[in-house]
Amino acid sequence: MQAWSNQGNLASKIGFGNALLKVGLHNPKLIGLGSDITKSVGMDQFAEAFPARFFSLGIAEQNAIGVSAGMALSGLIPVFATYGVFASMRTLDQIRISLCYNKLHAIIGGAHAGISVGPDGATHQALEDIASLRALPNLTILSPCDSNQTELLTSLAIENEHGPVYIRFGREPMPNFTAMDDHLEIGKAQIIRQGSDIAIFATGHLVWQSIQAATILEKDFGIKARIINIHTIKPIDKQSIIESAIQCGCILTAEEHQITSGLGSAIAEVVVKEHPVPMDFVGMPNVFGESGTAAELMQKYGMNSDTIVNKALLLIQRKS
Amino acid sequence: MNQSLKQIAKEIRLLTLQSLCAAGSGHTGASLGLADIFTFLYFRQMKHRPQEPDWPVRDRLILSIGHVAPVLYATLAKAGYFSLEELSTLRKLGTRLQGHPGREHGLPGIELSAGSLGQGLSVAVGMAMAAKHQKLAYQIYAITGDGELQEGSIWEAAMSAAHYQLDNLTVVVDRNGLQIDGTTESVMKLEPLSQKWESFGWNVIQCDGHDFSEIENSFKIASAEKTKPSVIIARTIMGKGVSEIENQHQWHGKAPETTELERFINQL
Ligand SMILES: [Mg+2]
Repeated sequence: MQAWSNQGNLASKIGFGNALLKVGLHNPKLIGLGSDITKSVGMDQFAEAFPARFFSLGIAEQNAIGVSAGMALSGLIPVFATYGVFASMRTLDQIRISLCYNKLHAIIGGAHAGISVGPDGATHQALEDIASLRALPNLTILSPCDSNQTELLTSLAIENEHGPVYIRFGREPMPNFTAMDDHLEIGKAQIIRQGSDIAIFATGHLVWQSIQAATILEKDFGIKARIINIHTIKPIDKQSIIESAIQCGCILTAEEHQITSGLGSAIAEVVVKEHPVPMDFVGMPNVFGESGTAAELMQKYGMNSDTIVNKALLLIQRKS
Repeated sequence: MNQSLKQIAKEIRLLTLQSLCAAGSGHTGASLGLADIFTFLYFRQMKHRPQEPDWPVRDRLILSIGHVAPVLYATLAKAGYFSLEELSTLRKLGTRLQGHPGREHGLPGIELSAGSLGQGLSVAVGMAMAAKHQKLAYQIYAITGDGELQEGSIWEAAMSAAHYQLDNLTVVVDRNGLQIDGTTESVMKLEPLSQKWESFGWNVIQCDGHDFSEIENSFKIASAEKTKPSVIIARTIMGKGVSEIENQHQWHGKAPETTELERFINQL
């Protein structure tokens, strides 16, 4: 099994921006739509390289989703990005009807996802975006684990998908550890580490935290944890969940998002139906965040390797 | 097309009433009120091909108030997009004629699944931006209600259309002065409406939405405008054509009973 090492900290939004620039070079249908925070969400390189294909729409996110729908109906591929809180919730009804009901191929970038956005505080920490969007038919939801994977998945979403796609990514520089030549498929989970004592399903920044936790679990406790990166929250890879439930006997989920109706809930929906095993959840405990550094907040609200280790040890004791 | 616009509009009203009656529910008032506008758009104004609904350079109509679907369906059927008989399936299980337009059900001539108020204008703006970007000359038309203008997203869209000088976009506002709870001015005041659009940078035209020469003239003025999007504020009468239901907001969301149908049709 591959050893995962940090190639240097990098914000996931860099990968998002790189993908737009690269795809933009050969795909003239790609259009960027900005909402006043173009640089902040990583779209500035695209906007500068292709000024005729970038449209500023001001601080008016609902309109931006409708404009995306109109462009998609006209044969273009629009990418609209803003902070995840606004990209998903300010615009929810527009996403539901104008994009999802119409099954239009448009990309929504949810930047500054998770609590790791830090000092800006609760208003700007997207912790309910997956929960808000997960019930919408026809929508694909992506949650890459680092910058490289954000780049790969953004490209795949633009080039291979046919419907609306929401992709969430972070602002804080975080370990960039996956390879650009990883074979990724939207809708197919990525096994990061083999093991059969416990399965840890993680998404976003918590994949790296899970890798750290697995090292501790093995070294200090002799526990072999399987780690599965769920970069596609919807549609969820049911087969990987069923296999892990059968082979590992317990499942821990880890996400930088509310536990309520996030990744953990999506997995629990499969587990309770197909092969019930003990489960626990690492994530935000249905409270609002606050100001602080990314590391401080992830520690305080229990979304780091320490929490993963502790919950894993307790969970394994519940195995029958 | 040898029939006069008036005759066509009358037939579209008849078909609208019949399909609503067969459905047993639906929005009669605004559907009848817009019959003349729809007639003019589909039988004079728009470049479109009923036998080739996806003709790439057709003019597009975005219906933002999806609840007037019955008049859209009656117009499309009359224009030849599908058979008149299919109109009787309105709102029934398995139909292509959904209560609010739904593209995935496959009815030819439907540009957008819509009906959640305040969204269609943004989609029309996106289409108009795309047409300009691709240097395509087709026109985008959008129809909104007047109560719908209370949605904030309409004004986000209005701002962006003027910003991008979308002279290929013409919006018709169905100014019937009514919404479900009563008059627009009592529910949430819209006036001075022309000045609102003007201050947002639009070319504003007003007309009697039942007078074909005024409607024609309005679209001519809109076509001549080369720097701004145009809005036609069309004064209409909810329920127009059936005198006993005209201007009665109770008829916003009600369909004629079988016992009323013949009487209503005779009033046309
Ligand atoms: Mg009205």
